[in-house]
Amino acid sequence: MPDDRASAKPAPARPYDGPPDYRLVGRHGMYPQVSHDEAERFNFLAHMNRHLASKVLPGVQTAFERRVEPAFTKENGPFKSRHEVRKALLKDPAFQIWSALRRATMEQRQQAGRWVTLRQAAELNAKALELTEGDDRLELDPNFDVPRYLTAVDHHCMPGSYHTELAYGDVTGPANYDSGLFATTGGALGRYNDGGGQAVAKWVRENLPDFQPKRILDLGCGLGHNVLPLAQAFPDAEVVGIDAGGPMLRYGLARAKALGVENVKFIQADAEDLSRFADESFDWVQTTMFLHETSKKAMEKIFAESARVLKPGGIVLHVEQPQYTDEMPLYEQCIRDWDAFYNNEPFWTTMHEIDLDDLMIKAGFKKDGVIHGGVAAVVDAKLFPSAGDDKVEDYGRKAAWHVIGATKSAEAA
Amino acid sequence: MSFDPLAQAGEKARGKRPWFMDDQDAERVLNIVMTLAQEVSVVRQRLDTVERLLETQGVVTKADIEGFTPSKEEAEERGAWNQEFIARILRIVQQENEAIERDGEVSSEQAARDFQEA
Repeated sequence: MPDDRASAKPAPARPYDGPPDYRLVGRHGMYPQVSHDEAERFNFLAHMNRHLASKVLPGVQTAFERRVEPAFTKENGPFKSRHEVRKALLKDPAFQIWSALRRATMEQRQQAGRWVTLRQAAELNAKALELTEGDDRLELDPNFDVPRYLTAVDHHCMPGSYHTELAYGDVTGPANYDSGLFATTGGALGRYNDGGGQAVAKWVRENLPDFQPKRILDLGCGLGHNVLPLAQAFPDAEVVGIDAGGPMLRYGLARAKALGVENVKFIQADAEDLSRFADESFDWVQTTMFLHETSKKAMEKIFAESARVLKPGGIVLHVEQPQYTDEMPLYEQCIRDWDAFYNNEPFWTTMHEIDLDDLMIKAGFKKDGVIHGGVAAVVDAKLFPSAGDDKVEDYGRKAAWHVIGATKSAEAA
Repeated sequence: MSFDPLAQAGEKARGKRPWFMDDQDAERVLNIVMTLAQEVSVVRQRLDTVERLLETQGVVTKADIEGFTPSKEEAEERGAWNQEFIARILRIVQQENEAIERDGEVSSEQAARDFQEA
C-alpha cells in the first residue's frame, strides 16, 4: 500500500540537466526489442557522453591553456596547425583520460547495441524480409563493389561498418545503429533519430518557400533516418536513397514502411557513379553527414555527378559539422578532429579543411549559386534536448550542423 | 544463425586501436572498470524500478519490470542518480582538472616542513 511518509519527497538537489530516458525513443515496427536492462545500458552511456562533454572536456581546455600551449610555445613558438596541437595534447594526462574514457564509451555503446540486435537476429531479419520481399522499392546488387573508404577501417568503431552481412537478409548492423544513436547523442536527434532530416526539411521550407521538388535523391542515406523527413515533408515527391550498405537499405525500406512512409526507394549504388540516373533528372540532391565518410577523390566525383543529375534550378545540399576556418581556434579544430583519429572517421580531418565552395564551383556550379546555412536538430522539445539551445559543446558530435550547397543555374546547358 | 551473438557483440571494429594512457595496462583496467560501472548503473536502476512498482502495486512480476516506463519526473530522478553516480566515480578526474588551475598549491608534506621552522 502507498505510504504517506514515502510520498513526501524532498525537492531535487539541483535542476535536472541530463538526457531524457531511453524509453522515449520511438519503437517503430522494425525496432529491436530492448529489455529494461538494455535500455539502462544505453541510459548510462548517454549520461557518460554528456558528462565527458560537459564536465571532463572543459578540463582538457584548461590543461591546454595552462600547461600544454605554454610549454610548446616556449620550445617551438606558436602552434602552426591543429595536428601540432593534437600531438602535444596526446602527452597530457587531461587529454589522455578524456580520450580513454571517450573511446571506452564508444566501444561500450557498440557492444550494448550489438548485443541487443544480435541476440534477436533471426526475428529481426525475418521481420525485414517480410516487409521488403518482392517490393521493388528495394534494389540490392549482389555484385556491388564496396568502396575502399568503407573497408579500410570500420567507421565510428561500428564492427562490420555499413556493408557487412552476417547472415542472409541481415539487418542487425542498421538495427544496432538505429537503437544506439540515442546513447551517442543523448537523445538530441529526437524520437526517431530524425532531427537532422527534419532540420533540413524545415530549412528548405523556410529558405526556399517556392521550391516544390518532384524527385529527391539522397546520397549515402544509410538506414534512411534523415531521408524519411524529406519524404514526409514532400509527400508528392518521389524520393530515392542510395547507399553502399545492403543491410542499411533493407532495414531502411522495412523501417520506412513500418513508419508509414511510402514515397521512398532504396537502391544499392555508389554515389561516385550515378550513371543509372539520367542527366537533369532530380530537383534536389541531398547528403546528410555522409561526405566525411568518403574520400577526396570520391567527393570530387560525387560533386560532379550531383551537378549532372540535377535539373536546372535544382538544388544540392550537404549537411556536415562546421568546416575548419582560420577563425576557428586550433584547439577547437583539434578537438573536432578527435573522431578522425580515434573513432575511425579517417576522412573527417581532410573533409573539414577542404574549400567546399571551390569544389562546388569546380563541379560546375556558379559562384552566385552557392548556398550557406546552419541547422540544429528539430525534435519534440518537450521531451528531447534541443541542440539549438544547448550551451554544452560536444565538438564534432553536437546535433547542429552547417549546410553548404548550390542552386544549379537555370540557364546552364 | 551460425554465429554466437555474445562473442559477436563484443567484436573488435576493424582498425588498429589507439591507446591514450602512458600505461596500457592501466587503460585496460579502466575499460573494465567503466563497463562494471555501467552494469552497476543497470542493477541500481532495476532496483529503482522494483521499488517504484512495489510502492504503487505491492507485487512485481518480471513482465512489470520490462513494461515499466518512468514518468518525466521519475525519469529525471533516475537520470539525476546516473549523474551523481558518474560524478562520484570520476571524482578523481574532476580533482585532477581542478588541480591544473591551482598550480601554486603546496603539499601537506611541504607544509609540515614549513611549520617546523615557522
